[in-house]
Amino acid sequence: MATPVKVYGPAFSTAVSRVLACLIEKDVEFQLVAVNMAKGEHKKPDYLKIQPFGQVPAFQDESISLFESRAICRYVSEKYANQGNKGLYGTNPLEKASIDQWLEAEGQNFSPPSSALVFQLAFAPRMKIKQDEGLIRQSEEKLNKVLDVYEKRLGENRYLAGDEFTLADLSHLPNTHYLVNATERGELVTSRENLARWWGEISSRESWKKVVDMQK
Amino acid sequence: MAARKLYGSVESTTTMRALASLFEHELKFEFVRVDLNAGDHKKEPFLTLSPFGTVPVFQDGDLILFESTTIMRCISHVYTNPRTEQVYVDPKMQGIAATWIDVEDHHFNPPASKLISELVFKPKNGLPTDEATVAVEEAKLAKVLDVYEERLANSEYLGGDKFTSADLTHLPNLYYLMRTPAKRLFDERPKVRAWCAAIMSRPAWAKVVEMVMEK
Repeated sequence: MATPVKVYGPAFSTAVSRVLACLIEKDVEFQLVAVNMAKGEHKKPDYLKIQPFGQVPAFQDESISLFESRAICRYVSEKYANQGNKGLYGTNPLEKASIDQWLEAEGQNFSPPSSALVFQLAFAPRMKIKQDEGLIRQSEEKLNKVLDVYEKRLGENRYLAGDEFTLADLSHLPNTHYLVNATERGELVTSRENLARWWGEISSRESWKKVVDMQK
Repeated sequence: MAARKLYGSVESTTTMRALASLFEHELKFEFVRVDLNAGDHKKEPFLTLSPFGTVPVFQDGDLILFESTTIMRCISHVYTNPRTEQVYVDPKMQGIAATWIDVEDHHFNPPASKLISELVFKPKNGLPTDEATVAVEEAKLAKVLDVYEERLANSEYLGGDKFTSADLTHLPNLYYLMRTPAKRLFDERPKVRAWCAAIMSRPAWAKVVEMVMEK
């Protein structure tokens, strides 16, 4: 029997939860290994061996270790192509290219302003860090422009890369979840008709519900 | 009329990334210049091709892709032939290569672009360099290069034992950084220095450099 893969990091981390969602979609058995970030465990030599930049998540599958959540998701989808959600990363190179397109758009355009907003509005207060009002305004402005592009795209397609749920949609789950549920800027998503419809569909998937449970 | 087109601006690092990938895979294409100064990339008809208003855009018949990293990944996976193979069939080896593509994006590119902005583009546009920013960003880049030095002690190329997109994706930023005082950060680290020399001397990259210098 295969050893479960290991994911290092807390489930509440957006990058960690991205990997967890993917593993659950692909029916891959995994072990979540706690990393005590409050105690600086992620900056210690043992951890730096598997993630040299001292961030979460790190990932191990038997002999190899990987890091960077989207690279891990691509790997899991390729390695375990024939189990779980088989179309998650497409079934041919052209489908894959379209999924890569919106995975990249998530990383380059959606993630920076949404992560900044989520950190400032949901995490900073809890960590007793002073909020940066200028950054909040700037991020909201950027995110509004990005979401206008998404609204148009999701008016033409049920999901970002086409008719089916793929890694491209999955990659947006962690930040959007916090934006909608842990900040007062959820209406950025919910007031846009197509985005609201898409968010409703992807967030009600069993895989995402399981990840949210793990975050509690 | 060419079936394959690349729309972009030759000195933009993102366009250079896509050009490198096209030349490495020996693909014929037509290069269509986009006038960034005139703001053509923020208007129609360009926005229909690239909804976030960015260059480059790759078109092959009905296939239209924006974002240079997407174009690079697609070219390496779709237009394969044994002579120009730059991906791994084995998922574990490909997983490692894919990790280092994201490392460039998240760790190398941020300090690299800020340094290039301060040391190359600001002087070009008659603006003063902010030395404090340069110091901060050089320190960040130095830390990233320490990780690279360690990685390259165990691996001939960043992504594995052969040249892949993980290495290619660094070339545009390297082109500019090597023309600034930040070059010393690369020269000070033997493995990094050797790796830079190797990847920058590839014939396909020389073609990109020629296009940039002709402009």
